[in-house]
Amino acid sequence: MIPTDYLEFGWFTIFVFLLTGYGILDGFDLGVGMLHLFSKKDEERRLMLNSIGPVWDGNEVWFVTAGGALFAGFPDIYATMLSGFYIPVMALLNGLIFRAVAIEFRSKQPGAWWRWTWDIVFSLGSFIISFILGLIVGNLIKGIPIDQYKEFNGTMADLFHPYALLVGVMMVSLFLMHGSIYILMKTEGDFHEKMRRRTNPCIIFFIIMYLVTTMATLIYMPHMVQAFHDRPLFFILAIVNLLVVANIPREIYLGRDARAFISSCLNIVCLLGLYAIGTYPNVIRAINDPAFSLTIFNSASSEKTLEILFIFAMIGMPLVISYTTAVYYIFRGKVKLDSHSY
Amino acid sequence: MDVLILARLQFALTIMFHYIFPVLSIGLGLIMVIIEAIYLKTNKPIYLQTAQFWTKVFALTFAIGVATGIVMEFEFGTNWATYSRYVGDVFGSALAAEGVFAFFLESGFLAILIFGWNKVGRKLHFLSTVMVCLGAHFSAIWIVVANSWMQTPAGYHVVGEGLNARAEIIDFWGMVFNPSSMVRLGHVILGCWLAGAFLVISVAAYYMLKKRHYEFSGISMKIGLWLGFFTCVLQAISGDASGKVVAKYQPSKLAAFEALYKTQSGVPLTIFGVVNPKEEKLNYAVQIPKLLSFLSFNDMNAEIKGLDQVPKEDWPNVSALFNAFRMMILMWAFMFLMSIIGLILWYRDTLFNHKWILRVLAFSAIAPQIANEIGWYCAESGRYPWIVYGQLRISEGLSKAVTANQVLGSIIMFGVLYLFLFFLFVYLLNEKIKHGPEDGEDESTPYHALENLVKDNP
Repeated sequence: MIPTDYLEFGWFTIFVFLLTGYGILDGFDLGVGMLHLFSKKDEERRLMLNSIGPVWDGNEVWFVTAGGALFAGFPDIYATMLSGFYIPVMALLNGLIFRAVAIEFRSKQPGAWWRWTWDIVFSLGSFIISFILGLIVGNLIKGIPIDQYKEFNGTMADLFHPYALLVGVMMVSLFLMHGSIYILMKTEGDFHEKMRRRTNPCIIFFIIMYLVTTMATLIYMPHMVQAFHDRPLFFILAIVNLLVVANIPREIYLGRDARAFISSCLNIVCLLGLYAIGTYPNVIRAINDPAFSLTIFNSASSEKTLEILFIFAMIGMPLVISYTTAVYYIFRGKVKLDSHSY
Repeated sequence: MDVLILARLQFALTIMFHYIFPVLSIGLGLIMVIIEAIYLKTNKPIYLQTAQFWTKVFALTFAIGVATGIVMEFEFGTNWATYSRYVGDVFGSALAAEGVFAFFLESGFLAILIFGWNKVGRKLHFLSTVMVCLGAHFSAIWIVVANSWMQTPAGYHVVGEGLNARAEIIDFWGMVFNPSSMVRLGHVILGCWLAGAFLVISVAAYYMLKKRHYEFSGISMKIGLWLGFFTCVLQAISGDASGKVVAKYQPSKLAAFEALYKTQSGVPLTIFGVVNPKEEKLNYAVQIPKLLSFLSFNDMNAEIKGLDQVPKEDWPNVSALFNAFRMMILMWAFMFLMSIIGLILWYRDTLFNHKWILRVLAFSAIAPQIANEIGWYCAESGRYPWIVYGQLRISEGLSKAVTANQVLGSIIMFGVLYLFLFFLFVYLLNEKIKHGPEDGEDESTPYHALENLVKDNP
């Protein structure tokens, strides 16, 4: 028998793993989406779209599965979060629907107005998704008002706190940078050079947002720092994060796009790690009374369910990782347009 | 309007719209596997062309299916938070399993199926098609298991009381193989195959009417008709089995389907009738004596419980269910008949001459869609007033933090959005069908309509 605490911790780890997978994978295709409108030529846009063509749908599955994992493992968190964040979640769903159909519909008709419309929808959808994800993370860090029945009892205005908005913008900048580096990896020739010039402002934008968010968190969110006081070992992660971020412009400067991309992936891992350590064991922090916070312990499913889920994960995750690797392997290399492209 | 009605309306709207697409993905998935298998065996290019055409239609239905499906996954939490807390252990597990075992499989191999024609070998491509088809079926398995648990809960116990009550799994396989899950799974999957088969038949009939793409439409028509015919036969067996499970475990649902107000023995089967809810009886009923008792319990004189067994405020909408249930069976009869007529004419080589039959076939894709939607309406509305049968009432499952205005706002949003998507889907499907399968590699298949345009206007 595995002790319940370990089960809850284990499932939370799997949930964070799924979120990290989502951040790394869908992060770049959301970034590509936001950069889409900066290219004016149809061929360039098609190159961008096809660089994510075979994989974007699989990337989104990480999000869907993370949602299922949350529902199954921590039903109270799932219920409170989604009903509490009603309006942002609806906007997020809107973004996801529009973005998916825009990718699929864009290439079905050749007309300029048709393509321009879907291009705008695609870009806007990518932006909304990135921003709302950041907004939600920001609120989870800051905390929201929760009553003793684990229900959100604040107002919509609570969710649009400046700190949450800041994290939203920071998420946008993170995905923009991640996406721009991904395109560098997948393209060649003139377009590649053009993208290279666009990568720098993205990196600068991210670094500014990264610093501002870090400062704001240190100044206004003291509870995030507590975990690092208690376990100084975790401070290493913050240092690693800083080094990884510093390494991105270096690799870009040296023209090593793949290494820059790996750094950017590690950056996302570190950021999520810092977030998880800072908030642990709370997932939804009650700002009104810490006792009402939803932690991974008071919101988890039964031991039996967690064990079953664990077995699912043990069988499923190796399969998932192997399909993902296989697909990325088959579609490796620079993107080329052919008759089956978007 | 209150939150309850609005939240139910929203769920009905979003799930019914969503359900147009996955049935096509599952049905077309099977058809793609069949056609590609023949291609591997015979090596004739026409089969490749046919498979590629249906893959493109599949991609379109799949994209909208995914986009509208994500909404479903989060709607449990947004509108039905109390329900989510109650069933998270059980229902959530099924959704998580769907993500891990079905969605990843499907989306991973989908990339190869759609974009990999020139990247991987023929056998690997065929394997991908099989995997996508399997993934689509797996996803149906987990969803039907989750829903069947709400119809006939098993393998759980309830912990806590009042607002903290929740169902926890005690026997996982008992939960998965709850009394109705396998029977309903068969029924749902056969419904999906019918949707695929009749879409293929419709398009083939359209080309036959227009005298275009002879070879393509011949292949599609033949496969569609045979699949449609066999599935209709199986669906009759599966429907009978589903009815028996409903009779045994959800007597009030059966009573509503059959407008059976009073408990009685040796109940006749009503072929036609008009429900008179005021006087609680059937007008103009045409009935076959004792058949309902026989179909339900294999006993001509078995007693069937009527609506008098449940309090009146807990009755589902009897006349709507009675009519909807008959409509579903009528659609089945129509499909069965058309597949038989189609097959006979096909093998007499005279299908081309029967313009009217072809015209009817060209519109027949709508029949399985109606049957599927209505079938689910019966299953879900027939469970009223329960969200988890006998355990949790629909009115108890709502989100407490959500207001009527928020739900109304999101209904309007989804309503407008889905209407728009529906027109786009029909428009693009129609364009694709008008365009036909016979374009060369570099003309204008949907994915690269711009190839030439880009070359001409750099």
